[in-house]
Amino acid sequence: MKNSTYAACVVASAFMFATPVLADATAEGIAKYREALAEGNPAELWEMRGEELWKEARGPKKATLEKCDLGQGPGVVKGVFVTLPRHFADTGRVQDLESRLLTCMETLQGIPADEVAKTPFGKGEQKNIEALVAWISAESRGMKFNLPMAHPEEKRMYEIGKRAFNYRGGTHDFGCVTCHGEDGKRIRLQDLPNLTKGPDAARGFGSWPAYRVSSGELWSMQRRLNDCFRQQRFPYPMYGSDVTVALSSYLGVTANGTVESIAPAIKR
Amino acid sequence: MNIRIRQGAVALAVLATVAGCAGTGASRVSSADYDKDAAAVMAASFREQGIVKTDRLTQDEVMVACSKFGHSLDDDLRERFQAAALAEVKWPSDGKYIGDWKEGEKIAQSGRGLTWTDKPDAANGGNCYNCHRITKKEISYGTIGPSLYQYGKVHGSTEATQKYVWAKIWNPNAYSACTNMPRFGTHGILDEKQIRHIVALLLDPKSPVNAE
Ligand code: HEC
Ligand code: HEC
Repeated sequence: MKNSTYAACVVASAFMFATPVLADATAEGIAKYREALAEGNPAELWEMRGEELWKEARGPKKATLEKCDLGQGPGVVKGVFVTLPRHFADTGRVQDLESRLLTCMETLQGIPADEVAKTPFGKGEQKNIEALVAWISAESRGMKFNLPMAHPEEKRMYEIGKRAFNYRGGTHDFGCVTCHGEDGKRIRLQDLPNLTKGPDAARGFGSWPAYRVSSGELWSMQRRLNDCFRQQRFPYPMYGSDVTVALSSYLGVTANGTVESIAPAIKR
Repeated sequence: MNIRIRQGAVALAVLATVAGCAGTGASRVSSADYDKDAAAVMAASFREQGIVKTDRLTQDEVMVACSKFGHSLDDDLRERFQAAALAEVKWPSDGKYIGDWKEGEKIAQSGRGLTWTDKPDAANGGNCYNCHRITKKEISYGTIGPSLYQYGKVHGSTEATQKYVWAKIWNPNAYSACTNMPRFGTHGILDEKQIRHIVALLLDPKSPVNAE
């Protein structure tokens, strides 16, 4: 566990940008985080549940996910996390891990994708997705990002993601670039990765899904992006929507070949 | 929606081919095509939630240019944006720039307002500490903007400084187009009374910004 990397993330309470901060809450946050670090990363519990879920016959079709193709062939899980988003011939779309899981759950298990997409984070089938992404990402721990860019659709989603990242709007004129476009910046005491550069992008993108000490929840990448859009004062990005996939393509390709994925990480 | 966009992309690719691209293997999709695709994706990916409607995505001319060029605007555009921003600043109706610094500190601390988890009637904060060091006492400050500690001590509380800080908060593009700082007055994030309090926080000699 790279304590120094996390130390700076510790010192703040959840949703700091959108709520006032009290020194006591900050100190309490640090204490809780230190405690959690000493006890190991609770994301392991989600990982274990995720592996079980993959092999469990579920849904109207009473089937497992073991034939799910995450890009390296049906059933291959090792190493897939660091190659997503990528283009899938069967859907004709570039998909991130979560939108791909929706496809597998629908086709193999008969669980309707649009219903799962409409379910709030932390509830119902979304809870199962959290467990699945924890396990699947853990199966690429220590590997470097290696997203493919050969397909024109992959290149296109990367280009769209780059534009979405720089898209400034809303009441505050914010875009991702406002908070994540320069080296060594902070909001309050939270370090902001410069997501336009390889190593920082790999550290930022390659940490999520992550266990959040402040809320005791496991947040997927979709949820991470969702909360950044909230802080950005943008409207609500739909789960698995093209803007979220395109942003992941941009961040992942930028991260390619630099720093190893540590997901699921532990965050303050 | 995906299908629509893909058909669009195919149509554009066909056009590019017909237009007689040399076909040397160079990309047939131009940057302008990606711009169009990105606009379509932005328009299709969001829904309203709470107080936030999808019209938040609508960009004015400044947002469009700042998204495209970042901080490297060309000089003509920069000058035009800065002049327009300064011209639209609404000056205090009673000519008073300085309010109560204690109220200003509360507004500078607060990051509340205008997200989809905020209530419609809650007062908006200024988020100033998220980006700026301001008082000596508050060590939890961000660094996206420069330190404003001792701002009044350094610049004095002359009418010229008061007007500058007022305009900077109202529309910071008046002095640096495409800044990362929000346009608090222009977008109605803060009202006249709140801005007056924040100007006091920065300039009042009794404010901890200058007194400590
Ligand atoms: C108003 C500032 C702000 C904006 C705008 C913003 N973010 Fe963030 N972002 C943050 C903060 C603060 C954190 C750290 C949050 C935490 O630790 O809880 C963060 C964290 C992240 C992380 C995880 C980094 C890590 O090291 O764990 C990613 C990835 C990310 N943001 C992506 C984005 C994207 C993509 C956008 C545009 C849709 C965006 N952010 C817009 C403030 C912002
Ligand atoms: C998202 C980050 C952000 C927020 C929030 C923000 N600022 Fe800024 N501010 C900046 C940046 C970046 C600059 C430097 C570039 C410029 O001059 O616009 C700046 C510059 C300034 C300056 C000019 C400093 C100088 O030396 O002339 C003042 C004054 C200022 N901000 C006051 C405020 C106040 C008051 C608030 C809260 C109401 C605030 N800012 C909120 C980012 C921010």
